[in-house]
Amino acid sequence: MAVERVDPPPSGATPAVEVADLRKRYAKSKVDAVAGISFAVDRGEVFGLLGPNGAGKTTTVGILTTRVRPTGGTAKVAGIDVMADPVAARRILAVVPQRNNLDRSLSVRQNLLFHAAYHGVPRAERRERAEVLLGQFGLADRANEKPAMFSGGQSQRMMIARALMHAPEVLFLDEPSTGLDPAARLFVWDRVRELQAAGTTIVLTTHDMDEAAALADRVGIMDRGELLALDTPRALIQQLPGERTLDVSVNLDHGASREALSAALSRLAGVERVEQVPASGGSPGAPPGVTGPGAPPGGPPATGPNHFRLYVAGEASSLVSPVVQALQSLGATLDGVNLGEPTLEDVFIHLTGRALR
Amino acid sequence: MSETMSEVQTEAETEAPSRQQITPLGAFFAVLGRDIFVTGRELPIFLAQVVLQPLFLLFVFGKILTQLGYAQHGYAQVLFPGLVALASVLTGLQSTAFPLVIEFSYTNEIEDRLLAPLPLGMVAIEKEVVAALRALVSAGVMFPVGVVILGGIPWVASNVVWVVAFLVLGALVGSALGLTLGTFVPPNRINVMFALILTPLLFTGASQYPWPSLSRLRWFQVITAFNPLTYVSEGLRGAMTPQVPHIAPWICLLVLLVATGGLTALGIFGFFRRALT
Repeated sequence: MAVERVDPPPSGATPAVEVADLRKRYAKSKVDAVAGISFAVDRGEVFGLLGPNGAGKTTTVGILTTRVRPTGGTAKVAGIDVMADPVAARRILAVVPQRNNLDRSLSVRQNLLFHAAYHGVPRAERRERAEVLLGQFGLADRANEKPAMFSGGQSQRMMIARALMHAPEVLFLDEPSTGLDPAARLFVWDRVRELQAAGTTIVLTTHDMDEAAALADRVGIMDRGELLALDTPRALIQQLPGERTLDVSVNLDHGASREALSAALSRLAGVERVEQVPASGGSPGAPPGVTGPGAPPGGPPATGPNHFRLYVAGEASSLVSPVVQALQSLGATLDGVNLGEPTLEDVFIHLTGRALR
Repeated sequence: MSETMSEVQTEAETEAPSRQQITPLGAFFAVLGRDIFVTGRELPIFLAQVVLQPLFLLFVFGKILTQLGYAQHGYAQVLFPGLVALASVLTGLQSTAFPLVIEFSYTNEIEDRLLAPLPLGMVAIEKEVVAALRALVSAGVMFPVGVVILGGIPWVASNVVWVVAFLVLGALVGSALGLTLGTFVPPNRINVMFALILTPLLFTGASQYPWPSLSRLRWFQVITAFNPLTYVSEGLRGAMTPQVPHIAPWICLLVLLVATGGLTALGIFGFFRRALT
């Protein structure tokens, strides 16, 4: 399904987006909406700006798409300084805004055709692209309707289709799935992945950590106008200091006591401590409400003695194999395992002390 | 998703790099094309909107009042050029002010054109040009309407160039005024604006009376001198009914050129304020 565009874009050496010490303070405001951020987005990358409402994401996109004048710093799209040459920048970028800004005087198809005309797409190519995109975005049967009565999901699809009419090198998606139902959201995500496969660079803003984790190659975490961290979702999570957890469910029918097992697990390299934890409705053999005698002091009362939570330094997944071996040596078998990996939400909480939403 | 779909898509994608480097002027005409397309499709509604007011003014003041004897017989000849001027200026004003307020504040639909590859100032000029075209259409319609209602309109064939010049300038000055108002008046005050600005504009523009005849009402004459519509009315009157005392055409021309230039500059400034934050 995904379309490959093998040949690199013409000016492949320059980053798709380059922002240096970018600042914006709105008139009558006492604080910077964007407070000196710097980042670069590679060609073909999906780059996510993650942060709560008011973090400065939309302002950043506004500057990059020539609609907001920065008060300091530089912003370049495909090497073009958006302040010095906004007209050239607008030729190669497209933006899907948060708010519906479809042309209500025009039908769905005309919205697409006129957009392409503004960008100088020749007439025949315009029509061809419009039909392809109308089909691709499930709009063909409503192509002659006016968009005023469209649902949020339909409007969003239409705005993305319109943005693609002039084949932008860099596509900006501002909160692409806010307010969409789950199906519409997945539809947008699929289109983003296809676009990336086709070589389009995508910059998206979101306050949804799942969206950032699902789509973005790299994520910049923004709060109060500042870029707090920037890396791949995986690296951001890995850099999070503190413990990971590994929950194991154990079948003890043939042998060792819970205490012996707990002790054996705590001796494994990388394990900092072991707790017996309440059953989470999984194992049928776990008698509820019984506190395991081997529970370490300080831990929560363990009510399901066949469940152990291992607090580990480093990656939890690397401990699965040693755990299995330890269980086998004591004649116990593994029923289930659950990696308690932190998420981008935890990264945000760590960086700001607040939850994302 | 079928294979054929991705084949078609591949075609479209591979053609994409053949992107034309459209010039700002090319983009300007594409944006103008959109507005002309939308106006053309709604032409009957548009004409009803803009012609009804001057039509009724012409009918009541030019026809009814003169037939009933409340106005002198020659009044229709004085009134007609003024109402053509009124149609031109007011249509221009309404064609920029209203759409700009709505497109900037409620529908945001101008954004797609603000993101087109042309300077923002040219988008503002485009708005003024299309409004002026609409104004010319509505002023043009007044001529057959005048023939039908009045049974004949004042006309001096040798002055046709002056008539056209003042029609165009009236259309432009009205559109420029609308550009300024539409970008400076806060959206929630647009109704107030129309009450507080449109009505005075309508009656202080020398369209229902020749300006020199106001010399007996000096204070009112001074007020009307500040209304650009006065110079359109007087210019057209000078061209169509030269026997009626009127302001010299060159003064009208000069004032209208300066007013159009000044209001356009102000309007572009206002447009930037709305389009860029």
